[in-house]
Amino acid sequence: MSYVAFADRDHEQEHHDPDTFITKYIYSQDHKVIAIQYGLTAIFVGLIALGLSAMMRLQLGFPDEFSFINPENYYQFITMHGMIMVIYLLTALFLGGFGNYLIPLMCGSRDMVFPFMNMLSYWFYLVSVIILLISFFVPGGSTGAGWTLYPPQAISQGTPGIDLGIILMLVSLAVFIVAFTMGGLNYVTTVLQARCKGMTLMRMPLSVWGIFIATILGLLAFPALLVSAIMMLFDKTLMTSFFMPAISSMGTDPGYSGGSPILFQHLFWFFGHPEVYIVALPAFGIVSDLLSTHARKNIFGYRMMVWAIIAIGGLSFIVWAHHMYVSGMNPYFGFFFATTTLIIAVPTAIKVYNWVLTLWEGNIHLRVPMLFSIGFIFTFIHGGLTGLFLGNVTIDLPLSDTYFVVAHFHMVMGVSPVLVVFGAIYHWWPKITGRMYNETLGKWHFWMTFLGTYAIYLPMHYLGFAGVPRRYFAMGNTDFLPDSAQDLNAAITVSALFVAATQLLFFVNMIWSLVKGPKSDPNPWDATTLEWQTPDHPPKHGNWGHHLPEVHRWAYDYSVPGYEDDFIPQNVSADDAPAGRDHGGEH
Amino acid sequence: MTIALGFLAIILATLLGWLLKQTFNAAPWEMETVSDTAHYGPFGDDKSKLIALLTFLAVVSSFFALILSAYSLRMELGDWVPMTEPQLLWTNTVMLIVASGVFQWTRNAAVVGQQGRLQPGLLITGVLTLGFVLGQFVAWQQLQNSGQLITSNPSNAFFYFLTGAHAVHILGGLYVWARATLKVVLGTGDAAKIRRSIELCTIYWHFLLLVWLVLFGLLLST
Repeated sequence: MSYVAFADRDHEQEHHDPDTFITKYIYSQDHKVIAIQYGLTAIFVGLIALGLSAMMRLQLGFPDEFSFINPENYYQFITMHGMIMVIYLLTALFLGGFGNYLIPLMCGSRDMVFPFMNMLSYWFYLVSVIILLISFFVPGGSTGAGWTLYPPQAISQGTPGIDLGIILMLVSLAVFIVAFTMGGLNYVTTVLQARCKGMTLMRMPLSVWGIFIATILGLLAFPALLVSAIMMLFDKTLMTSFFMPAISSMGTDPGYSGGSPILFQHLFWFFGHPEVYIVALPAFGIVSDLLSTHARKNIFGYRMMVWAIIAIGGLSFIVWAHHMYVSGMNPYFGFFFATTTLIIAVPTAIKVYNWVLTLWEGNIHLRVPMLFSIGFIFTFIHGGLTGLFLGNVTIDLPLSDTYFVVAHFHMVMGVSPVLVVFGAIYHWWPKITGRMYNETLGKWHFWMTFLGTYAIYLPMHYLGFAGVPRRYFAMGNTDFLPDSAQDLNAAITVSALFVAATQLLFFVNMIWSLVKGPKSDPNPWDATTLEWQTPDHPPKHGNWGHHLPEVHRWAYDYSVPGYEDDFIPQNVSADDAPAGRDHGGEH
Repeated sequence: MTIALGFLAIILATLLGWLLKQTFNAAPWEMETVSDTAHYGPFGDDKSKLIALLTFLAVVSSFFALILSAYSLRMELGDWVPMTEPQLLWTNTVMLIVASGVFQWTRNAAVVGQQGRLQPGLLITGVLTLGFVLGQFVAWQQLQNSGQLITSNPSNAFFYFLTGAHAVHILGGLYVWARATLKVVLGTGDAAKIRRSIELCTIYWHFLLLVWLVLFGLLLST
């Protein structure tokens, strides 16, 4: 194995130091700048998706009050809201944003291993977003096939956007996958190859573990989406019959024969279920670090946490068909997939217990990132438990097409990761910008968001039990529903608009902080991980000045008995720790 | 989906074995106990490129394994009519095998520093590989002329899809090959870097040959 001498590496580094505005901020190969580009783009497109959900809620809460929302628009809003939130916001933000920012800093590297490819990854992502947004403005509008794009209706007459809309959607996904693959190769290689001296795998912070395993899932699962997107493009443009059965569409024969829509569902969910964990695993990792730091306690069961991440990652590939209980597949498959689905609850529950045990008797500081982390534990347990309901075939069948499912997946994969995103932004904001935000405003933001989302999604469970169907533009002929169901729907809409509006607090806070916020301490949370130990604050290009750091301990030396401070950074050796070596090793 | 799952099982088992080796018995909370096996710092660029290439090959394998899964699922439906592959594919296959062999020969020359063999080796590889891609294109033409269009039957659609996807990956490889060859022909560039590039390309060529042999075998047998 060839190791590069640090001195040589430092010398190489000087060659691509950016000096102009363009190379520094636009055409940048620095992982921190790319992370911010990814983050801003993802948040921008996420705000559009938030707006779309507000439009849907207006229609559902107050049917027929708004003339600009018709059934076609409604389906387009649903589709684009789902697709943007899952892929273009959460995947891009966790891996492209936090992955890019945290991996090199937490592993003690100067940058990603392939900075140029990293930059290309962002530009491809931007192109995929632009293609997606263009589809709003083409004739026929964006696709309204639902975010799962099931054939045959995705490309059959009567579905909005079956001309250019669906084509642009599929092309945009393909470009996104190329972008993700370039980024993903970088994240994996950087974690494996560019860790600083002493940073063994088992000394890596859990954030890095979560992002690392999620990236591997993405690299293996996104090809399934690519394959299904290409095959559907062929069905649409070349009239092949991969997925399209022989159908009569609005009285005419579109010319397809014998294709299998279920095949698409298998391919889609072979990607789709790991995708849940592509979003969840980085959130698990980040929240572990936040809880440990703000509770001043080492994470409970570090090794178990690492292996739980790996186990969840592996299991996530053999549960996909629990999304397809109602597709008419062989009932024995249902039995198999229900079993694997319930098994995946075991490592997930281990993680939840360990988070709670980390808090147990900790010195809990209820700062903004900590509030969001604890909020995440609540919403995740809540969404996880309803997942146990839906994992069972017999319970899923009646609930599958109701608001119960909407409530479940929004709790577990909407609200929970978004709370972590906010927690993480509040946590690393001082490092990224060098400034502090207003703590009080941050706390208001948390409580309104946290309670507000409960006001939205808790009642949806009841609506689901009552039988309110999801995906419907209007209730129509549903006499079995009491009138109060509509009242509840109106209340949900009011809550949703409220939560959407309170996000302004976040943006006001952050913009204020950028302009007028007080300068932050280099390590305001007294954290142990390497990103808080950089010589410059915020870190400059190359991250570490002249010498790479050396790691002497794991990432969770908080409140170690016998030491002066309640934290020992990873790069402090036993000899340099304030109370000396004799007291070490007893914890 | 058995094919995709089988493939995944292999990848995940490899990963798991490696991770177990790295993490088993590690007690990171105890100071200094890891010092014997501690990590010495960043690896060189050469190793990183190899790791990135191998990771990419895993991604590409996943891509093809999933198409094959779709192929086997779609094949079971009633309208599937097995197609007769053009004989030209045999010639193309031989070209790709020889290309892979010559690339290996060139690589061996580069490793032992016989610079004189690089230029002819690379050029022959390129010509053979381009020949393969052109041959595939001609095979498409032959099929079109005999009325076997992409819409004729799902087996035809899969044939075009599989061969097309494989050819695109070959073209990607040829881009990297072209950069290395240009450096050798013009006599510019660092010899060590060129050698590295040739080594990585060889792995990629062997991999795509393997993929093609699997695809071709499947197409012939169904």
